[in-house]
Amino acid sequence: MLSKLFSFNGGVKPDPNKSLSTREPIARLALPPQLVIPLHQHIGGTPRPLVSVGDKVLRGQRIGAADGNVSSAVHAPTSGHVVAIEPRPMPHASGLSSPAVVIEPDGQDIAIEREPFDWHAAAPGEIRDFLRDAGVVGLGGAVFPSHLKLNPGKSGHTDTLVINGAECEPFITCDDMLMRAEPGNILRGALIMQRMLAAKQVLVALEDNKPEAAVALKAAAQALGHASLEVVVVPTRYPAGGAKQLIRVLTGIEVPHGSRSTDFGVQCFNVATALAVWRALEHGEPLTRRIVTVTGNVERPRNFDVAIGTPISHLFAAAGLKPDTDKLIMGGPMMGIPLPNIDAPVVKATNCLLASSPTLFAPPEPELPCIRCGECARACPADLQPFELYWHSRARNFGRAQEYKLFDCIECGCCAYVCPSHIPLVDYYRYAKSEIWARERDKDAADSARERFEFRNWRADREKEEKAAKLAARNAAKPAVKPTDGAGDAATAADDPKKALIEAAMARARAQKEAVAAKNTDALTPAQQAQIDVAEERRKRASALSGSDAPAE
Amino acid sequence: MYNSPYLRQNTSVRRVMVTVLVAMLPAIALQVWLFGIGLLLQIAIASATALACEAAMLSLRRRPVARALGDGSALVTAWLIAVCLPPLLPWWMIVIGTSFAIVIGKHLYGGLGQNPFNPAMLAYCVLIISFPALMSQWPGLQGSDAATQLDWVLGGERVLDAVTGATPLDALRTGLLGNADVSAVMQSAAFGHLGGAGWEWVALAWGAGGLLLLALRIITWHIPVAFLGAMSLVSGVAWLIDPSHHASPAFHLLAGGTMLGAFFIATDPVSGATTPRGKLIFAAGIALIAWLIRAFGAYPDGIAFAVLLLNICVPLIDIKTQPPVFGHKVEPPEGGTR
Repeated sequence: MLSKLFSFNGGVKPDPNKSLSTREPIARLALPPQLVIPLHQHIGGTPRPLVSVGDKVLRGQRIGAADGNVSSAVHAPTSGHVVAIEPRPMPHASGLSSPAVVIEPDGQDIAIEREPFDWHAAAPGEIRDFLRDAGVVGLGGAVFPSHLKLNPGKSGHTDTLVINGAECEPFITCDDMLMRAEPGNILRGALIMQRMLAAKQVLVALEDNKPEAAVALKAAAQALGHASLEVVVVPTRYPAGGAKQLIRVLTGIEVPHGSRSTDFGVQCFNVATALAVWRALEHGEPLTRRIVTVTGNVERPRNFDVAIGTPISHLFAAAGLKPDTDKLIMGGPMMGIPLPNIDAPVVKATNCLLASSPTLFAPPEPELPCIRCGECARACPADLQPFELYWHSRARNFGRAQEYKLFDCIECGCCAYVCPSHIPLVDYYRYAKSEIWARERDKDAADSARERFEFRNWRADREKEEKAAKLAARNAAKPAVKPTDGAGDAATAADDPKKALIEAAMARARAQKEAVAAKNTDALTPAQQAQIDVAEERRKRASALSGSDAPAE
Repeated sequence: MYNSPYLRQNTSVRRVMVTVLVAMLPAIALQVWLFGIGLLLQIAIASATALACEAAMLSLRRRPVARALGDGSALVTAWLIAVCLPPLLPWWMIVIGTSFAIVIGKHLYGGLGQNPFNPAMLAYCVLIISFPALMSQWPGLQGSDAATQLDWVLGGERVLDAVTGATPLDALRTGLLGNADVSAVMQSAAFGHLGGAGWEWVALAWGAGGLLLLALRIITWHIPVAFLGAMSLVSGVAWLIDPSHHASPAFHLLAGGTMLGAFFIATDPVSGATTPRGKLIFAAGIALIAWLIRAFGAYPDGIAFAVLLLNICVPLIDIKTQPPVFGHKVEPPEGGTR
């Protein structure tokens, strides 16, 4: 039994607003006329499309293959025809498009024949490959490929596997409703994960504002009867559901920015991910559906079981979007991203669709100067000094911002939530981070250009040196050859016709030179001619004495 | 287009400032009850001056006037100046002090949030250096009627010693300089139960207001605790060593501006230290220097000078006391970092 819970500093307690969407059970949403399935829905490489326009696809058929190991496959949620493979608008604040497979359902929903896979007998590596090809990624929002995390690492074991059902953001209830609906299968998935990670204990954690889910999970845990499996209820405080905060609450371990929790013997998965693992391995079902909370400024807020690729407009139509809606948000009110396009599809990361109105979330009041009151520092779950980060980000003093650990900021929004000066603090941090990234990219580009230039200069210098060295070696080799000449003169001359040719050419050159020299002394007086003759005589004598071929020089 | 978080707590600078003003009310009420209505007049003059200077500076700096006036920060400065000064100062001194605080102490540095020095303490220091005699005239306990007090503040004839007298700290200093010992000096009527007749109750009212600020999370415990703790410690050690020349810790806690300083002056977030450890160092430093000035300096009370001196140290204190960031508190295990 877990005897003691820890606590993290900071955090805030906004009104949870969760009861809005928990009154009705999860509803299975009818298929839309067209499904837009983005190929890239996770951290890592973009899958290659496996189908072409006009192909018939079946439910569960792989339509995009994982691009390398740091990637994940995508599948058709129903049977139908591929009508297009083209860039479509994504549920992203930028509103940019990304390649997607567009499927028109045929209404028959025929499943593809499943290849049998006995995970009980399979090696961990095979299970990981299977999960990659089943498209299982983290469903808490980060969509990191799960198979990469289901690896105990070098030590070969893990102390604690955390199954995260905390769901701390206001308004979001998809995990809550899933835990109420399928507690047993979530725990079965968790036990598979435990086996793959060789984890000593499994802690399924949820906030104390979900008593129904806690009761359901505890009953299911008792039915399974695993001593190492425990359901832990933690105090409600945003952001208790952040992986690092939850690990801190459960184990007291603080995983620093840039480190992996596995290095500290802990691994963390969302409850929906555990269920996806169970469905993939036990039933061979790839990840093609998820639970999405539709709430906020809608007539009938509730949770829907949705085929991935369903247009967001389809969900809002089912929930009854109110006319005074001024903004659509994917995610919760603390960390959600604004959606510029209502026709963008539901993706694996879509946990909540939140309609905003001016009365629900008032537009921010005008920003006032920071009075250094320190509320933000008291609210920060990463123990940062947000007002210092703000100060340096605003002054574009990015080096100092990094010294104050800008990149440890998890952008949870607690600081901006409590700020009495209504400063959009997180926007300043996002701006500073993107500027720093841009500068690093520029610097990398400049560095590699400089390296190329320096290498080029170095190569030119090296070639020059090599040439000089070769020349020096040749010059040094000449006298070294001489002494051998006397011994093997005849043999060399006979063996080497090339050498004979060179001798002949040199003799010709000598003769020519002499002839030229004679020409230049045509009109000479007899006295001059006599002088020249004497000099020639001397030279010939000197040549004969030294025995060298000096006149050729 | 704006980004997350879309949810905001219902809070504002105005709410913070108004809470501070409300927390000042018990001490102001008690002081008026015990010493007369001079203080109310001072508060009115200081508030009007502060708002006028704030509006003038904002329009000169081409900033939105109405929004900044509404934040209440100028009123807090004005009220703090008024309660620091002797309640019967002539009106023009309050105007000089307040305009110095707002114009030079605040806006020349860039306005709200930018000033390195506590504006109210700047005003106090400017006045005590410029007008030391007037600044030492404090009214006695119920020593004058309202009409006299109004007349004094508005510039009437000042008959010294009829209405005012030295503060207990001043009397103590003068007495000790005249080679009397502490217990003999404290026989005089100016000294009440602990701090000085009447003033100890006002000091306790400042403490009560401060506890309200603590309860409402406007301030944290660090500065008051370190301030009062350090003041007790240094005065206690001196008192134990030589009780004939040093007053007791209880006297130091309740006399002069100790309580006001601990809960309302040193807790100014803009000019004070911001990290938890930094706040402890900052407040203890103020208490130490204030006590040194009281015990050995040329002025009867030294909190204003001590605050300004420590204000200059804030950037260094903050840099040197940064709390460890999440995950960086202990060395990661072997191979834990990338």
